[in-house]
Amino acid sequence: MIRVQAMPFDPGGELNTFSASVAGAGAIVSFTGVVRDVAGGLSAMEIEHYPGMTEKALGTIRGEAMLRWDLADVLVIHRIGHLEAHESIMMVVTASKHRKDAFEAAEFLMDYLKSRAPFWKKEITLDGSDWVASKTEDEDALSRW
Amino acid sequence: MPDPKDQSVHVLYFAWVRERIGVPREEVQTRAATVADLVAELRRREERYDVAFADVSALRVALDQELVDFDAPLAGVREVAFFPPMTGG
Repeated sequence: MIRVQAMPFDPGGELNTFSASVAGAGAIVSFTGVVRDVAGGLSAMEIEHYPGMTEKALGTIRGEAMLRWDLADVLVIHRIGHLEAHESIMMVVTASKHRKDAFEAAEFLMDYLKSRAPFWKKEITLDGSDWVASKTEDEDALSRW
Repeated sequence: MPDPKDQSVHVLYFAWVRERIGVPREEVQTRAATVADLVAELRRREERYDVAFADVSALRVALDQELVDFDAPLAGVREVAFFPPMTGG
């Protein structure tokens, strides 16, 4: 399942619900991205996205993961709009019969989600706000897949 | 009267590209054959476009919601989106 939402979510609750829906899968891996503290000030975040393309891109990435690894299911949740420090930004959960498939697919999903899903983060601190710049290593991370 | 050779496309801008150009979307009449031609046309219009598109290596483009290169043809395209490299996750 894929969800793009402005509303906060509870990663623990989401993980439990997902785990119950794939009972018997054997291996479940989850990753949660959280708004971090920055030196010298409170941090908040604005996340902009491209409605329509976002859902399409996430669907393509999820479909690719389901083809490449032996997965029972994949959950992707990504917030948009305003987030305060320490709120969860996004979550990826994979379920498989095999630990290796669950771990690798989660890493693949994270790498592609970072550089191929149309989200843009703006970081807000006491000093002002600025768009988060993409890193070349994020793009390089795709080549290993 | 619009020239029949002109093509009408929805152009969308995101993140700092949107902030520099000052609008999130607009309708553009163009005869451009490729994305690069459209960029050149926009840059000639006004300084805010010229500034936003000064370095296209810092930009990405999607045609009808699919990422493409700047030499991609525009024929039949309804929606063109310009934005910086994505920073999700």
